[in-house]
Amino acid sequence: MATVEEEESAKKKKSHGILKLYYGMTEEGKAAERHLEPTDVDGVHFNPELYLTKLRKESSLSQLMDVEADMVRQIRSLDSEMQTLVYENYNKFISATDTIRKMKNDFKKMEDEMDGLASNMAVITEFSARISSTLQVSHQQITKLSGVHTLLRKLQFLFELPARLKKCIELGAYGQAVSYHSKARSVLHQYQHMPSFHGIQTDCQAIMAGLADTLRQRFRDPASSPQELSECVEMLLNLEEPAHLLCDEFLAHGRGRLASHLSDLQESGDILEFVDRGCGGFISDACLLAASYQSLFSKEPGNSAQMAEAKLTVFLEELSTGYFELVEKRLHQEKSLGDNSLLVRALDRFHRRLQAPSKLVPGCGFNRRGTEIVVRAAQERLAQYLQSLKEFFQGCLTDVRQALAAPRLPGKETSGLGDLLAGLSASVLNQIKTVLAAVHLFTAKDVAFSNKAYFKGEFCSQGVREGLIVAFITSVCQTARQFCEIPGEKGTSTPPSLLLLLSRLCLDYETSTISYILTLTDEQFLGQDRSPVTPVSSLCSLARSTAQTLLNQFVKYQGLVVSQMLRKSVETRDWVTTIEPRNVRAVMKRVVEDITGVDVQVGLLYEEGARKAHSSDSSKRTFSVYSSSRLQGRYAQSYTPSAPMDTNLLSNIQKLFSERIDIFSSVQFNKVSILTGIIKISLKTFLECVRLRTFGRYGLQQIQVDCHYLQLYLWRFVSDENLVHCLLDEVVGSAAHRCLDPAPMEQSVIEVICERG
Amino acid sequence: MEDDAPVIYGLEFQARALTAQTAETDAIRFLVGTQSLRYDNQIHVIDFDDENNIINKNVLLHHAGEIWQIGASPADRNVLATCYNKISDSKVMTCAAVWRIPKELQGGNHESPDDTSSNAQSLELLCHLDSTAHGNMACVTWEPLGDGKKLLSLADNYLLIWDLQESSTKSVLSSSATLEGKGQLRFTSGKWSPHHNCTQVATANDTAIRGWDIRSMRQIYCIENAHGQLVRDLDFNPNKQYYLASCGDDCKVKFWDTRNIHEPVKTLEEHSHWVWSVRYNHSHDQLVLTGSSDSRVILSNMVSISSEPFGHLVDDEDLSDQEDNPQEEKTKEPLQDSIIGTYEEHEDSVYAVEWSSADPWLFASLSYDGRLVINRVPRALKYNILL
Repeated sequence: MATVEEEESAKKKKSHGILKLYYGMTEEGKAAERHLEPTDVDGVHFNPELYLTKLRKESSLSQLMDVEADMVRQIRSLDSEMQTLVYENYNKFISATDTIRKMKNDFKKMEDEMDGLASNMAVITEFSARISSTLQVSHQQITKLSGVHTLLRKLQFLFELPARLKKCIELGAYGQAVSYHSKARSVLHQYQHMPSFHGIQTDCQAIMAGLADTLRQRFRDPASSPQELSECVEMLLNLEEPAHLLCDEFLAHGRGRLASHLSDLQESGDILEFVDRGCGGFISDACLLAASYQSLFSKEPGNSAQMAEAKLTVFLEELSTGYFELVEKRLHQEKSLGDNSLLVRALDRFHRRLQAPSKLVPGCGFNRRGTEIVVRAAQERLAQYLQSLKEFFQGCLTDVRQALAAPRLPGKETSGLGDLLAGLSASVLNQIKTVLAAVHLFTAKDVAFSNKAYFKGEFCSQGVREGLIVAFITSVCQTARQFCEIPGEKGTSTPPSLLLLLSRLCLDYETSTISYILTLTDEQFLGQDRSPVTPVSSLCSLARSTAQTLLNQFVKYQGLVVSQMLRKSVETRDWVTTIEPRNVRAVMKRVVEDITGVDVQVGLLYEEGARKAHSSDSSKRTFSVYSSSRLQGRYAQSYTPSAPMDTNLLSNIQKLFSERIDIFSSVQFNKVSILTGIIKISLKTFLECVRLRTFGRYGLQQIQVDCHYLQLYLWRFVSDENLVHCLLDEVVGSAAHRCLDPAPMEQSVIEVICERG
Repeated sequence: MEDDAPVIYGLEFQARALTAQTAETDAIRFLVGTQSLRYDNQIHVIDFDDENNIINKNVLLHHAGEIWQIGASPADRNVLATCYNKISDSKVMTCAAVWRIPKELQGGNHESPDDTSSNAQSLELLCHLDSTAHGNMACVTWEPLGDGKKLLSLADNYLLIWDLQESSTKSVLSSSATLEGKGQLRFTSGKWSPHHNCTQVATANDTAIRGWDIRSMRQIYCIENAHGQLVRDLDFNPNKQYYLASCGDDCKVKFWDTRNIHEPVKTLEEHSHWVWSVRYNHSHDQLVLTGSSDSRVILSNMVSISSEPFGHLVDDEDLSDQEDNPQEEKTKEPLQDSIIGTYEEHEDSVYAVEWSSADPWLFASLSYDGRLVINRVPRALKYNILL
């Protein structure tokens, strides 16, 4: 019994193991280990002998009894278990067998049905073939019929077309009408030889002609919007209106509107507003027009598109010429120089807005012409600025003249000239800077046209530097020079102090201002243009020569004033019968006063300058002694007619050693040189006048006194006292020569008279 | 001739008056009048021997007074007129007289220089130009190209034309004109035009130049403010009838076309002091000589306003006695005006310059210290003009 059970369980376990093996359970190993135990009842390697032996050896009887009981119980339970299991599986097997049997039956039935179906299908095929062969004829007929049907429908459409078109037109659905007509047109055209179609065609054509007329009318109606226009054009195009006529009409229509823009433009506010209106009105409309035109007429490339393009170009060319003329005219009117930024902004806007049409219609050269206008405007602006600078300078000069002419307060006189000069040069410099700043706007980064080649190069160098700054400096010099040239004759109206002032101004220009201004200009306008420009040095030399001319003129003028006094005093007096001198003549005092005045005036503007070192006291004395001794020598000499060269030997020898004195020569830019010039001129006049007169004894003495007086006061003004000395000496000498009764006055008496005066 | 060096002659007195002996066309001869208040004044007849570069002189005494101006008769080389100062009772009067060079000196028989002082001859007085009624004589001028019978003199504000009669021993005032105007007007200088049949004269007073027609004795033009200051001297272009040169105290030399008196044709401003004398060359009017109180003499070549602006184009007006080659000249470019030379031999004011009447390439200048300098036109220029 036990063995069976064990076998059973072993079997069970074996099948378990197989299952487990099948499922690849991992614990199988462990269990196997455990099952290796031969004493384990449930183990695989159970050895009943061993188990029994072991049991017997180890257990007591009771224990054995218990085991036995336990064992029995287990066997029983296992038994029952097995029984149930067998039952269950049996039932299942039975049901499976049933199912298989049933299926077998079913399949058999189905096979029969399938056979039936196949035979039926064959019949059907046969029938179908038969039917289609019979139906072949009628099918063709049906196709034909349906073709006829469509044709009929088309015909119906055609017949109805006139009415339909009319209706459409009545309803205002022109687009619909046009599309209907365009559908029918070719057919009608094809069958126009048939009378009925021909009738329809004529009808349609009449209607469509009417439509076209309407459209054209609308097209021409100036009130219609561009949108409507383009619709009209589209329809008309579909109606096969000739494209070039349409182009013309379209453009003609556009012309009306653009022209009205142009005429609107004529009255306008400031330049910016003007340009805005021009851009907003004319340019944008032109763009719109060009765009819609191009979309209408030059969609596909070809002859007509080219033609259309050409037409557009001509049209725009013409209109834009008018526009540009207007703009230029307006720019011409832009004279006020107050705010250049407005102009620049306007120009910038103008230039920018031209980009769009120029891209749209490249043939028209908007860009080029716009740039040209901007360039011209800029050039004109420069010219205006130059003019204004010149006027400003003239204005300053007028102010200065007024200030010079105005009666001065005695206390203020000393600072007058210097202040005037400083004021003048400062205000001119300021004005130049203002103008430069204004002009600089043209080259500002944010201005679109500033990166054009012209504005980068030529504008900076030729325009601003040469055309404005250099030209202004040149004109300053010229203006200054004019003061020398016009009043060269009698009746001069230029106050001499103005000459002096201008000369100092020019000199300042030469030394610093010119280079400063030009550096400033060059810094602000870094031109990339390498064209030759006037070098600073040539401007400087111009300024210097101007200053020199002015100063020479000043010296000449002042010299003349003093000369005139001296000449009058010599010419109007009867020197033969004059009385013994008791005083220095008043005119000499005037001369000294005048020269002192000039000295003060010149001192305000010019530096002292170098003079030859002399001790004043000694020179004074030298003169008196020397001249009197020479006088004695001269007219004490007996003239021997037989010895031609002897007579003037003394004076000739003296002349040999003194340098030739140039009377109206150029002076240097310092006070001493200027005054030397004036005094030279005056004394030479004195000399020449004396030589034309005849003197009596007292006449000579008077001249002696006068000359001594002049010597006393004039030496301090000149660079080389010797010069005054020589000239005065010669005056006295000449007077002695021209004297009927040469008896010179005692030197001491002369000195006394002079000191008293 | 190996030298262009100047020849210098010194007078013992101061001198202002210089003239060429106009009637003499063979010898180079100048007359110089001296100014001395205390000694007898002299007229030096100066002959220049061109070949040997030697000066021969003859001294004639001019007792009447110091000579301010001298003019040689265009017809008779032994007749001359002077303006001189006469002092009487401490009054100074300027008078004019016509003189004759004594027989012994005529014909160019020069005595040796050594003898002149001892044997000095006096001028023979032919006649006085009596102007006591008119004032001080400023200037006396002969009718150019005439027969030596007509004289023009300027006295204060009177313009006087004299006829010489009875072989110049009697002078008759034939006509006169008065300069009217504000203030004391006084003529300073005058010149008789060689054109228009010698019917025109030009005068200078103060800054104005006036033209007169001596047939009617009316003023025909007036250049007001011709110079900035006093006008010192005038000269007519010998070959261009409307052209006139003037100089003055504004250091300028101006050339005028009397048909357009508003502005000068040309202005020269080379001197640095008053210009006292201006003279056209008698043959080649592009050569203009000026003397100034800056002690310089300047010779200018004013081709552009001369009668021969392109060389010898104007043949019919060319009175030159030189051999001309007009054909060659025509191809030349217009010449530029230029300063030919500045002569600095003088050390005192030069009051008179004069071209020689015999040699058109020779001129003399006189400075106040009595130095007479004879110079020649540079040879290069001479050939340039001739060829």
